[in-house]
Amino acid sequence: MSSATAPTEPRVYHLPEEPHLHEGHSTSLGFWMYLMSDCLIFAILFATYAVLGGSFAGGPGPKDLFDLPLIALNTAMLLFSSITYGFAMLAMEKNKVSATQGWLFVTLLFGGAFLFIELYEFSHLIHEGAGPWRSAFLSSFFTLVGTHGLHVTFGSIWLITLMVQVAKKGLIPANKRRLMCLSMFWHFLDVIWIGVFTFVYLMGVLR
Amino acid sequence: MTGTLTTTQMIFGRLTWDAFPWHEPIVVATFVGVVLGGAAVVAALTYFKLWGYLWKEWFTSVDHKKIGIMYMVLGLIMFLRGFADAIMMRGQQAMAFNGNEGYLNAHHYDQVFTAHGVIMIFFVAMPFVTGLMNYIVPLQIGARDVSFPFLNNFSFWMTAGGAVLVMASLFLGEFAQTGWLAYPPLSGLAYSPATGVDYYIWSLQVAGVGTTLSGINLLATIIKMRAPGMSLMKMPVFTWTSLCTNVLIVASFPILTATLVLLSLDRYAGTNFFTNDFGGNPMMYVNLIWIWGHPEVYILILPLFGVFSEVVSTFSGKRLFGYTSMVYATCTIMVLSYLVWLHHFFTMGSGASVNSFFGITTMIISIPTGAKLFNWLFTMYRGKIRYELPMMWAVAFMLTFTVGGMTGVMLAVPPADFVLHNSLFLIAHFHNVIIGGVLFGLFAAINYWWPKAFGYKLNQFWGHVSFWCWQVGFWLAFTPLYVMGLMGVTRRMRVFDDPSLQKWFIIAAIGAVIIAAGIGAMLVQFAVSIWKRDEYKVEGDPWDARTLEWATSSPPPEYNFAFTPVIYDADSWADMKKHGYQRPLSGYQAIHMPSSTGTGVILAGLATLCGFALIWYIWWLAGLSFLGLVGVAIFHTFNYKRDYYIPADVVTRTEEERTRILAAGV
Repeated sequence: MSSATAPTEPRVYHLPEEPHLHEGHSTSLGFWMYLMSDCLIFAILFATYAVLGGSFAGGPGPKDLFDLPLIALNTAMLLFSSITYGFAMLAMEKNKVSATQGWLFVTLLFGGAFLFIELYEFSHLIHEGAGPWRSAFLSSFFTLVGTHGLHVTFGSIWLITLMVQVAKKGLIPANKRRLMCLSMFWHFLDVIWIGVFTFVYLMGVLR
Repeated sequence: MTGTLTTTQMIFGRLTWDAFPWHEPIVVATFVGVVLGGAAVVAALTYFKLWGYLWKEWFTSVDHKKIGIMYMVLGLIMFLRGFADAIMMRGQQAMAFNGNEGYLNAHHYDQVFTAHGVIMIFFVAMPFVTGLMNYIVPLQIGARDVSFPFLNNFSFWMTAGGAVLVMASLFLGEFAQTGWLAYPPLSGLAYSPATGVDYYIWSLQVAGVGTTLSGINLLATIIKMRAPGMSLMKMPVFTWTSLCTNVLIVASFPILTATLVLLSLDRYAGTNFFTNDFGGNPMMYVNLIWIWGHPEVYILILPLFGVFSEVVSTFSGKRLFGYTSMVYATCTIMVLSYLVWLHHFFTMGSGASVNSFFGITTMIISIPTGAKLFNWLFTMYRGKIRYELPMMWAVAFMLTFTVGGMTGVMLAVPPADFVLHNSLFLIAHFHNVIIGGVLFGLFAAINYWWPKAFGYKLNQFWGHVSFWCWQVGFWLAFTPLYVMGLMGVTRRMRVFDDPSLQKWFIIAAIGAVIIAAGIGAMLVQFAVSIWKRDEYKVEGDPWDARTLEWATSSPPPEYNFAFTPVIYDADSWADMKKHGYQRPLSGYQAIHMPSSTGTGVILAGLATLCGFALIWYIWWLAGLSFLGLVGVAIFHTFNYKRDYYIPADVVTRTEEERTRILAAGV
């Protein structure tokens, strides 16, 4: 189409003024793509669990092992932490530093409680002789749930780092961008957990 | 891991004096050579006081052009290593007949063929392809750098770290003896208790992080940083193929990561994913690794399809025939590459319907690929073709790749595959497409863009020598493999019983020697060109090319373009030339750029150290380096000042220098 224009017609081939790409212009897109690649790791772990989840090798199965009330409590901890992170983001939008920090701290407490309960569950299972080496089912269970837990752990370390940075620099654009990324990460882990809760625990007990 | 550990074991894990292969004279000699060579390089760098320059201008640089060149250098070094493995295998197989055991024992030979595959794919083809995209894509879209420049530097050093681990396995312990994809149960602890598979796992994990991050980075760059006017359908074809490649990288490398994590859990934590007992399923691994592995094949070839598109249209002096169909063909291949993985193991026994599905999807891929070939041919049709070196490689590619593609379609027929599976026919097929496609493409790209990167052309004579050696050598080396494959000879054999096969292996070995001459000629070509660089000097656009990267000077300034370009056409530079574009001579402004940082080197160094410690069970070091990794990463986030401005007068000086050169009429 452009070839239809007469070659003589003058065209501007450059911008006279330097366009100002604002800092971090690609960050949320890039972080989204990272999350999707992370999502694929979980997809593989879910698929592995789907294939191996019934291979008990004569060992205990989900019905013998899962303590649903405890898992429900754990799920509640994680979901609450997501809500409180949401409150932190709302406070951030209003540029309220101390409210943001407060909600982040509450989020951290919920996240910590989640991890604590998960570790308790794991140690209990291992104590009963149902460690990850017992059967392919338990290998895939520990790996899927443990990878999620590891993500929450690193999310918490990141959360603490950001709280320090907000305390030092306030809610400057760079920090807001970082909080936004962690927010996506944190909610992403929530979504993954919903999958874990449904496919591993609820459907496991039904099986 | 059981029982009491001695103090030495606590400190050094399973690393002992015996880890060095004293009893393998070939390795010892190589080691001496490497040490002497390395010492000479270090001494030379120290003598000429180049360490500071390298650190400041290269290692810590976030400039996509410099990182691209570093990737290419890494790929070239590893290529020499990978080729040394290849020629060792050819020598062994040509000798080992009539009771002759050859010169490589089984332990060494199995490592050699594994290392050859791993190195050629992960540490040759990947760095070459990534380096090329890194260098060219931002220039083609009129950007000043990539979206995440620091991440780019970090990605490179992670790739280099993985390469360091592979090289370390040559002299400390051993490399995997499992074949390049390390299938369990052979790669499990029960059958491979030594360090080989651990080297395999951790080198790929370290490098894999780099690859995934660089995929995300380039994807964000292409989506977010295109010059004004460059809509998706006005992107140069190389940028399009890079876009699809990076989609594939982001959507497939995490699968490799997860799969290797499961394998390492089996090896380190005693889980039972891929073991023979306790409910493990080795075929899970084979499926998972190929769900990554097949897209990987297209990660390697797609960017080179882009290169051929640029080269063919430039040297035919014509717009690319069928731009739109080229884009759609690329996207189709991108999607289909996820639907064919099972053709790597039709013999798994998944039944007729599953095998038919994957056989048919595999054959369908040949349609968009064929469309591309016709597009290149029609671009050449009635063009004013100039047979410069890049164009010669492109034509050689079309001939070679078509043969490789057709033998691929033969392998896609499940009943035929039951006969040809794991035979030398397969080996010949994939070398036919990887050498004929990826390597020839890289050689075309190197000859095409070398003047862009350095400001002078490559020597023609030695380029021709290299080209013809490669052509003759390639067919001599691989035609015998096709023949023997059809006769049923399997891959990865160290000795042979049937003396009638020896002549074929001798022909193949002669082919490998001629290829070696081709590689040698290429190195001479580089050396001669660097030596006579003033003689071969060129200005911005030596090929009368068509895409945007040629609009700026060669080599481009740090900031790529003094003014952000505006795009009206897919062949934007051809369009600019047609409209009598005048380079602006005044009004320069300060340019915003990212600053260099050494953090990437430090982080990747710690990750490599952590991998090394895990391979040797040095737990304290693994823990410490991992903590260091997290600590340095956090510390880095406290640095908010990551950019600077190139002052307007520096830009003015650089551009006026170029005006002067242009006026001198080189």
